[in-house]
Amino acid sequence: MLTLERVSKTYKVGLFGGTDLAAVRDVSFSLQPGEVISLIGESGSGKSTIGKMILRLLAVNGGAITHDGTDIATLRGSALRSYYRTVQGVFQDPFSSFNPIFKADHVFGLIRGVYFGSASTAEWERKLNDALEAVTLDPGQVLHKYPHQLSGGQLQRLLIARALLLDTRYLVADEIISMLDASTRIDVLNLLGDLKARGLGILFITHDLSLGNYISERTVILRRGRIVEMGATAAVFGQPLHPYTRMLIASVPRLHEKWGQIDAGVRAGSGWAPAPGERCLFHAAVPDGGAAADLAGLAGSGLAELEAGHFVGCVAPTADGTCGGRSASAA
Amino acid sequence: MTTRAPSAGAQTPDVVQGPQGVPTVPGAVPVGGRPDPRPMSRRGEILYFALRTKKVIIGLTIIAVFLVLALIGPIIRPGDPDALIGPLGASPSADWWFGTTSFGQDIFAQFVYSLGSTFLVGALGGGIAAIIGMTVGFVAGYRGGWIDEVLNMITNVVLVIPTLALLLVAAAYLSARGVVVEALFIGFTSWPWAARAIRAQTFSLRSREFVNLARMSGVKGLRIVFGEIAPNMSSYLFLTFILLFGGAILIAATLDFIGLGPTSGSSLGLMMYDAVAWSALQLGLWWWFIPPGVAITAIVGALYITNVGLDEVFNPKLRNT
Ligand SMILES: Nc1ncnc2c1ncn2[C@@H]1O[C@H](COP(=O)(O)OP(=O)(O)O)[C@@H](O)[C@H]1O
Ligand SMILES: [Mg+2]
Repeated sequence: MLTLERVSKTYKVGLFGGTDLAAVRDVSFSLQPGEVISLIGESGSGKSTIGKMILRLLAVNGGAITHDGTDIATLRGSALRSYYRTVQGVFQDPFSSFNPIFKADHVFGLIRGVYFGSASTAEWERKLNDALEAVTLDPGQVLHKYPHQLSGGQLQRLLIARALLLDTRYLVADEIISMLDASTRIDVLNLLGDLKARGLGILFITHDLSLGNYISERTVILRRGRIVEMGATAAVFGQPLHPYTRMLIASVPRLHEKWGQIDAGVRAGSGWAPAPGERCLFHAAVPDGGAAADLAGLAGSGLAELEAGHFVGCVAPTADGTCGGRSASAA
Repeated sequence: MTTRAPSAGAQTPDVVQGPQGVPTVPGAVPVGGRPDPRPMSRRGEILYFALRTKKVIIGLTIIAVFLVLALIGPIIRPGDPDALIGPLGASPSADWWFGTTSFGQDIFAQFVYSLGSTFLVGALGGGIAAIIGMTVGFVAGYRGGWIDEVLNMITNVVLVIPTLALLLVAAAYLSARGVVVEALFIGFTSWPWAARAIRAQTFSLRSREFVNLARMSGVKGLRIVFGEIAPNMSSYLFLTFILLFGGAILIAATLDFIGLGPTSGSSLGLMMYDAVAWSALQLGLWWWFIPPGVAITAIVGALYITNVGLDEVFNPKLRNT
């Protein structure tokens, strides 16, 4: 199991790194094999940062990420290599994931050198062909080609094949279809379904609500680096508890569109804000703001479990943990 | 003096611009259109394209000609190149190919010996600077953090130490300086800009997803730098080396010319220094200063042409379009 416990990430930005930018705050959830979680949030909400921390490409500033009980920050050398056997990622831009000066199969060469040093060439080629077949790619069409000679969909499938070659149990899929054209999108999406059937746990990062709804069992809604709501996809989409989630869902069927437009609409009024007098379900359940230590191990994470497995965060969280929305409702 | 120094600087751009209009990248190589469909190794492929790019061929040919001259020259004209063996101030002839100095020294003999030491200064000085600059640049750019800050500080310190001042001090203490000492001086003082340039490139490549992918493939840091990042800037690295190589030659020529050069041995810069010191210009002994000036310009210019051509060779995208 992959578990995030109150994970935070602060970037140093500005001249000489003088300013702190809190990209991820107190994020806690866990991913099991065979389960798809969609991590949904508008652009800049910290989704990719979370993915990169899970993949140990970025260090966490607070909290911990554990894999079967081991803090991944402590992994070195062969322990880190075996972590990468188990946990892999595919990113948004397929063209940037390939080194442009090498042929696309270079990505296989890398893992062959590190993980399959003892395999014979015949054995390796059989494995490689199996993996390519699993992602419905014709080896003759994709091997020995440069990345710029292949399509985005082919490249993403090559990367998924790469993950299959390893014994991947958890896959971080960061907006992997957002740069593909419509015809290949559904293929890659269904491929993720196959992976799930093989028992992989997938963190499906997206800014597209309907995609998240389509593919996942559980949904995590992220806003400004914080989880605002999390639970079974059916519950989050069916009975959203947080006004932000409700606003998102309300805007989807109407616009039937991607987030760019929604964001623009939301941003027009200087960002989404809770309506005055909006009741904060989180603070109603946890009046002291989460100091209570027995909330399903989520003490201090800013989430309250209102129904079984369905969590909600504060309407207007402030830095000191009090509710910025409450004064509005009291007034 | 006024004729020679500018001629070395002013001719270089002409040499570079000349062949730029020449159509290069033979055949644009349609994919699969080549008769040989076998996959080629990357090295084989680079060689394949390099040998079909005009700029590369022109540049390398010029350098090769001078290199051959430097190697076989001393065999054709054995003995001390500074020996006073000829007529005084003779113009070029069948006996004295490049003429003689006003002391009766064989200028061709001086020229070929000097070529050798020029290549030595370029290779040694440029090579040392390239190794230091690349090491510092790669480590600082890839590791970042405090390592980057420390290396940056060192780079800045070396950057503000003027080579000239250092050499003036050295000249005061080292009564006998050879070409190698000069090359070492140049090598150890001329790397900072290269380190900075490579650091910046490394830094921008480090955040690309393919570096992340290599990390997620369990590849170690050093191999990521040399296996993923460095090949992406191979033409850039080559340019750096060429600039350092050419720069070392020019710095050496300048130092020689102002009298801070080696106290023993010969060099193209020393030849020009002597020519000026003994009024070759006023006496009309053009054969004394033209050959070294032309050689420096041609070698440095050829290095630049080669680099422009190699840019196309190293970048598969440039090839196809
Ligand atoms: N390397 C970085 N340095 C500084 N700030 C960053 C960096 N990466 C991301 N950020 C900032 O962190 C926030 C979250 O970014 P990101 O995780 O990429 O969001 P998302 O993937 O949801 O669009 C954004 O405000 C972004 O500008
Ligand atoms: Mg992102």
